[in-house]
Amino acid sequence: MLGLSKSDIRIFLLVVVLTIFAPFILNPFPEASGLAQFNAGYPDLMQRFVIFGIFAIGFNILFGLTGYLSFGHAAFLGVGSYAAIWMMKLLTMNVIPGIIMSVLIAGIFAVAVGYISLKRTGIYFSILTLAFAQMSFALAYSVLTPITGGETGLQPKISDPRMLDAALASGEAPRANLFGLEMGTSYELALSGWVFTFNVGYYVAAIVMIIALYIAIRIFRSPFGVMLRAVKSNQQRMRYTGLNPKPYTLAAFVISGMYAGLAGGLMVAMDTQVGPERMFWTASGEVVLMTILGGTGTIVGPILGAGLIKYMENILSKINADILYEWFAMLPDSIADILVFVIYPFIGKGWHLTLGIIFMCVVIFLPGGLVEGGQRIGNMFGRKKKTEGEKSSQPAE
Amino acid sequence: MSILEIKNVSKRFGGLKALDDVNISVKENTVHAIIGPNGAGKSTLLNVLVGKLIPDEGSVEFDGNSLIGRKPHEINQMGVSRVFQTPEIFGDMTVYENILIPLFAKRDGAFRLHCIEHVEDEKDIVEKAKKMLQDVNMYEKLGMRAASLSRGDKRRLEMAMCLSQEPRLLLLDEPTAGMARADTNNTIDLLREIRETRDITLAIIEHDMHVVFSLAEHVTVMARGTPLVDDKPENIKGHPKVQEAYLGGHKEG
Ligand SMILES: Nc1ncnc2c1ncn2[C@@H]1O[C@H](COP(=O)(O)OP(=O)(O)O)[C@@H](O)[C@H]1O
Ligand SMILES: [Mg+2]
Repeated sequence: MLGLSKSDIRIFLLVVVLTIFAPFILNPFPEASGLAQFNAGYPDLMQRFVIFGIFAIGFNILFGLTGYLSFGHAAFLGVGSYAAIWMMKLLTMNVIPGIIMSVLIAGIFAVAVGYISLKRTGIYFSILTLAFAQMSFALAYSVLTPITGGETGLQPKISDPRMLDAALASGEAPRANLFGLEMGTSYELALSGWVFTFNVGYYVAAIVMIIALYIAIRIFRSPFGVMLRAVKSNQQRMRYTGLNPKPYTLAAFVISGMYAGLAGGLMVAMDTQVGPERMFWTASGEVVLMTILGGTGTIVGPILGAGLIKYMENILSKINADILYEWFAMLPDSIADILVFVIYPFIGKGWHLTLGIIFMCVVIFLPGGLVEGGQRIGNMFGRKKKTEGEKSSQPAE
Repeated sequence: MSILEIKNVSKRFGGLKALDDVNISVKENTVHAIIGPNGAGKSTLLNVLVGKLIPDEGSVEFDGNSLIGRKPHEINQMGVSRVFQTPEIFGDMTVYENILIPLFAKRDGAFRLHCIEHVEDEKDIVEKAKKMLQDVNMYEKLGMRAASLSRGDKRRLEMAMCLSQEPRLLLLDEPTAGMARADTNNTIDLLREIRETRDITLAIIEHDMHVVFSLAEHVTVMARGTPLVDDKPENIKGHPKVQEAYLGGHKEG
């Protein structure tokens, strides 16, 4: 079906179903319960899950297949965002032209950056990409202010030309939409204590992610995908087999840059503003963490990694000492004090510490990332033969 | 008709003359062995042929076209394949994928953005790959990681990868080194069969005289970067210069 093998289609459909029902799945706790703060089913966060999912899926095409570790992919995210916002300023608040332009411009930028960075391999390649990204960040901040809005960034203004849109009524703000359907629109469903939110923007981004995932699976299983893995495995053998590794690596670099641009464009479609901090090196590092955490070179790993990191960043970071005391209210004060003292470093601003520990544990104990963890659990429950199709090309012993 | 014409090739590494005015002519559809003690410059000569090294002087012509200055992948696309002294395979890919790659390279050239079709939908290539694995008795190992193969199997796999491209000239650098006697004999049979059933020229570097005398139609003896003797195998055996070269050099284990 859909040109995919059975195991791939199973994974793909699982992602589709989980994405469609995410507003339910991510809100497991009733609104009034103390655990409601662990609910992640609100539009802003759900949008981030899928957008960073796209970012990581694309990054994995480069890093997972060819082994080239880019430390500058946030630059493409930023470039995509600027391209999208300019479409919104000049053409229309409809998100389609912005999204298309974000992919194209990021792709062109990736050709230039990739062409130069790929003259080197290993750590030198990583450093070159990092240098490019930091340069882009610094330029966006300073010299390029007329295009990027400098430190304050850009957002659609009432006074923008927007050639394709009808004039706004007085007092009306420009809002991102898909042929009139506004991204910010949400429908709420209250079911005895639970509240589920269905947001237009989330579903638009989710559909784009599903398409992006589908294309990624096709690339993974294509002859081109095999060649990309050959690049990682043995470039010497590749050359003496009549293949030129250069254009293969560059193509992978550009494709992953376009995925990053797409993610940047979607970010603008959801939240119509851009600032240069989006290109800062920490953002480039984050997508590396997402990919490794979820499972480098696997199909769903990057999405899982993106989800976990964004969840921790948004949920764990909001828990503070007061909330902890509330949880432990029924315990004697001295025990509650000790518990809070122990847990406190890992929550709130300390979520980075928790992330760091999880990351180290994964790298040391689960080199295949969360996907490998899932497989091991699956195997324990007796599904010995099927390994989720992730490694279907690996030994079948 | 000679398919490979090596003329006045020299290559220096610092003060060391690894190749010193080498002239060799390889006839089409023959097995040509190059023998000589360790350090004679045999591997260096192959590196020059496949574009890994550029000689300081001299010319190399394959089928009338100069190879000097061409990139390794271009030389391969012209019909020259190489089996390395230590097997070069795609270690973290499966045996099956190792065979697919050269087949795609042969059909699609040095680069093709061939990213929508599923590998398994390439019926022709899949069939050829499976046939080749059967031919070299590795079909049942098709799903194994190439790095986990035994040394002999790695060599056979590499040979199969090269053969699947149907090269006109196959260069083999000590293909039986480190093999058990039985494996060596299998390799001899395989190479002889290849030679008899295809239009192919084999240039083979070999230490094992048993292999040389079972296969070669022509032998070049090298020592210290220079060809000493160039003759039929039966004339090589008792040649005084050959004895001297081998006694002067030291043998490999
Ligand atoms: N890349 C290199 N750099 C420096 N010296 C080399 C290099 N390759 C080979 N040599 C030297 O050239 C000589 C010939 O080596 P080689 O061609 O490997 O010999 P053979 O394959 O006949 O045993 C040896 O003395 C070797 O040390
Ligand atoms: Mg050698």
